[in-house]
Amino acid sequence: MTKAAAKEKKEKKSGSPAAAGPRKLEVKHLTRVEGHGNIIVKLDAKNHVQDCRWEIVEAPRFFEAMVQGRPYEDIHHIVSRICGICSIGHQLCSIQATEDAFGFNASEQTLELRKLALHAENLQSHLLHIGYLVLPDLLGVDSVLPLAQTHREELLNLVACRRVANEFSRLICGRTTHPQRLIPGGMEKIPTRAELQELQSKLEGSLSRMDRIVDLFAALADKWPDFKRPTEYVALVSPSEYALYSGEIGSSSDINRPASLYRQVTNEYCVPQSTAKWAKNTGESYMVGALARFNLNHRLLKPGARQAAQKLGLKAPEHNPYLNTVAQLVECVHSTEDSLEIIAGLLARGLKHETPPTIRVKAGKGVGAVEVPRGILIHSYEYSDEGRIISADCVIPTNQNHGNIQMDMDALKPMLSGLEPEAIELKLSMLVRGYDPCISCSTHLLDVSGTPARKLVKFVRV
Amino acid sequence: MPAKPKVAFFDFAGCEGDQLQVANLEERLLDLASHIDIVRFREIKSIKQDNYDIAFVEGSITRPEDEPRIREIRDRATILVALGACATIGGINCLKNFLSESEYRATVYGQFSRWYSTYAARPLSAVVRVDMDIHGCPVDRDEFARAVKELLLGKIYSPPDYPVCVECKMAGNICRYEQGKLCLGIVTRAGCKACCVSEGSVCWGCRGPAPDANMDAAGQIMDSHGFSWLDAQDHLRLYFGFNSRL
Ligand code: SF4
Ligand code: SF4
Ligand code: SF4
Repeated sequence: MTKAAAKEKKEKKSGSPAAAGPRKLEVKHLTRVEGHGNIIVKLDAKNHVQDCRWEIVEAPRFFEAMVQGRPYEDIHHIVSRICGICSIGHQLCSIQATEDAFGFNASEQTLELRKLALHAENLQSHLLHIGYLVLPDLLGVDSVLPLAQTHREELLNLVACRRVANEFSRLICGRTTHPQRLIPGGMEKIPTRAELQELQSKLEGSLSRMDRIVDLFAALADKWPDFKRPTEYVALVSPSEYALYSGEIGSSSDINRPASLYRQVTNEYCVPQSTAKWAKNTGESYMVGALARFNLNHRLLKPGARQAAQKLGLKAPEHNPYLNTVAQLVECVHSTEDSLEIIAGLLARGLKHETPPTIRVKAGKGVGAVEVPRGILIHSYEYSDEGRIISADCVIPTNQNHGNIQMDMDALKPMLSGLEPEAIELKLSMLVRGYDPCISCSTHLLDVSGTPARKLVKFVRV
Repeated sequence: MPAKPKVAFFDFAGCEGDQLQVANLEERLLDLASHIDIVRFREIKSIKQDNYDIAFVEGSITRPEDEPRIREIRDRATILVALGACATIGGINCLKNFLSESEYRATVYGQFSRWYSTYAARPLSAVVRVDMDIHGCPVDRDEFARAVKELLLGKIYSPPDYPVCVECKMAGNICRYEQGKLCLGIVTRAGCKACCVSEGSVCWGCRGPAPDANMDAAGQIMDSHGFSWLDAQDHLRLYFGFNSRL
């Protein structure tokens, strides 16, 4: 890919004039995704696709450099600003890495609350994606807003589910975006018994609402492009549960590895067409996200979620990347069911007020890995003995998917050839959108220098 | 301003958390959408139009090629609103301004850093005229709704000019300094109802300095509670980094 892109750049420079035939189709700043990405397609006179390219043009933000030299107490606060939609996941992953570096184990209750936080975020984000970002494509409109007239009942049902998901996030984490309660060591504040009970009944209400969303999407099943491309699927796996908060890194074509060995899987590299890095493992690319999780962990879904999958016609292994959205819907049902179980457990045992224990700071390295809505997220930190970051590495789901998106596009080419440009554009946009890319977070560091003499950053006075 | 103004959303370097807060208005967004004409909102809408009266802009300016884009937005809009800390005060992105550019480039992209363009992060107002600020990281949904309402009435919303402590006391919190923690509520602009303190945390300063913040007095408070300049600097650089000597 690198070579091809470089070659093309050269061609551009040498100014080979575009003949009358070939045309370029440019989707600049793809809409209904988070962040800035472009789809560039070259067509010949007969609308045959010569080349399509997925480019990331987001401004690089340098988070891994920004945290250098910072004390451990604010790392989770800073990194949550990598992504507004996955801010809870980034915080939890960061906290895991920090606790791992200092050899700290959080309490049972804290772990349960963190699992709830992750479910809440999954619900928030998935419902946004399913309802606001993807559904308009299936119904042939440009945004969710006109659905207020044409599909009012369905829309209000979706919005109501999403409102519960937001309230859920707020109740556990303090705020829906960039929450304040999650910290290394424990929780700054916990919900009350009465609040949890209220949440319980709201989530039960959501379950029946979700049934209706499942019916809606089951009825739209023929709207998905019929396209399959088997690839490697990577997600956290655990023998005991549908892994989200903890587990090993699993793959559909490789052994399981502990999170600390993530670099053996992610193998990141730079390509000139993108400010985000790409990743590959056993094949040319791999996929992370709801579909990867479903393919690897479907046996551990809660019963309602399994029923939903059946209704939606989703069966593992599923190789159609467009159906990632459908897998997200199945996960919404699962997250709701699992949350209800966790809440019941917390209520039965009684909520304890635990003041977060002091963390004993020491030099060390730690890795955190959690499943966020768009796939597996990894943070890896090295701390100095004052508890300040020496180096950080964050491997973000969308980065891991970029290569796979490009390979899907390449495989789609024959299917697209000859179609009207609008149809080509829509199919490609839907593909990328299906991955639910979070591009604003996808720009980031990997310490590629490999030099051992890494030291604390000297602050430069301005 | 027409009775049903055309509204557009734009983003530069940021996390899109502020636009998400707007989407998170849920039913209220549908309500709002009946009073304005949303002509451009990449996060939720495909069709884009280039004529708009109000532009909400999220994110910081972090590379030279952002400048012509924000200038064009400025030229087209009657009212330009900076949305969220990245846009109003440079936000968390300014943390990198304390590192040397060659260092942060190399840390993140190694030998490939020449492929990517970047310079010190700055707020929108460092490049173009801004008519209205909605502060916060992220913005507060209620405040956003209120600001839009005022715009519809032909007014410019002006955020509170007193510090977060005022709201913190109204919320009935125990002061974090009493608990041995460093809190920036004493110098930060209010408007969030001290939500972080109320949720158990401290104020990190995301709404930027209050217009008449007395930094010397703040220093004395931190000093008398045993905090060092390094502790203070750690906090101040999170959001007060642009244009202040920290
Ligand atoms: S101000 Fe905060 S919430 Fe808004 S874009 Fe910047 S980092 Fe995200
Ligand atoms: S906790 Fe912070 S915001 Fe509240 S009164 Fe104390 S210093 Fe002010
Ligand atoms: S309490 Fe401080 S950090 Fe929190 S929202 Fe308010 S101004 Fe921002």
